[in-house]
Amino acid sequence: MNRFVLPLAAFVLLLVVLLVGLKRAPDKNNLPSPLIGKPVPQFTLPNLFDTTQPLSSEALKGHWSLVNVWGTWCVECRAEHAALLQIKQEARVPIIGIDWKDQDEDALTWLAQLGNPYERVGTDHEGRVAIDWGVYGAPESFLINPSGTVVYKHIGAMTSQVWQREFLPRVSATIGKPVMPGVPASAPAAAGPGA
Amino acid sequence: MKLPGWVCGLALLCGGLVIAGPADAVDTSPPLPNPQLQQRYYALTHELRCMQCQSEALADSQVSLAADLRLQVRELLVAGQTDDQIRDHMVARYGEFILFRPRMTWRNAWLWATPAVLMGIGLVVGWRIVRARARLSDSDESGSKGESLDP
Repeated sequence: MNRFVLPLAAFVLLLVVLLVGLKRAPDKNNLPSPLIGKPVPQFTLPNLFDTTQPLSSEALKGHWSLVNVWGTWCVECRAEHAALLQIKQEARVPIIGIDWKDQDEDALTWLAQLGNPYERVGTDHEGRVAIDWGVYGAPESFLINPSGTVVYKHIGAMTSQVWQREFLPRVSATIGKPVMPGVPASAPAAAGPGA
Repeated sequence: MKLPGWVCGLALLCGGLVIAGPADAVDTSPPLPNPQLQQRYYALTHELRCMQCQSEALADSQVSLAADLRLQVRELLVAGQTDDQIRDHMVARYGEFILFRPRMTWRNAWLWATPAVLMGIGLVVGWRIVRARARLSDSDESGSKGESLDP
């Protein structure tokens, strides 16, 4: 009997290791972005609404913004549209759209029909800017702080729950609280909601 | 003479398979003019993951993002970047997950070390078993009357 104890123990150990590995594996549909904590990738894109005024990464500086990558070909984007409109109505964080590999006419029709949650929309026809942002599945939403740093990324449809749970606390952590006298107002903006 | 229907069917099927050839024609871009660059392009697009389909390489994937990324690899190659620079370019955007082969870093050390450690344990265990058996048969031959296995 004794000679089976060691192999059995080894087998059970292996099983435990593999199970823990399986359970703790990152969600393949929501991989951590290497952009978090880094400045936004530089870009200049044609403006969907006004071709004379291109949209550049400079437009993301000086205020919080939500950058939403979408396209009219993207099914989930239709599903998240109502949530985006609601965020727009809240008027706390402007939404900047990146229309990914799309036709301008389709995008304009879509916004005319469903409503426009975006303050500005850049059109990424070739998909190069989306690659620089590490986009791999639209819709994707990035939270950008006033210094132009990527604070958070959500892959998949934005919902009011995700907005309330993951995005708003990160924003209010810095702009919601009044700055205490005597405390330097340089708290890192990327701090999460009390981890 | 008339062949049975199933023979004809089989022949058609085999013929069809031969004509269809290997289904490796996802990447329809023309080869790079420099054969050395083309070889590196081939290697890189096979070791970078398609982020949308995840178990496919860039070279094997039909999704448009994979085509865009293949184009980017090609452009970076033509621009004179090294393989490492191109890998870094992709990792900076998509994270290390885009590499099929994990990097040799201290964080990944356990990943690379595990097979060697397991192999070592196996060798030690195997060696000890072999030695024990050898000793057993040795004692069988030399002192056959003393330590007989028979009760």
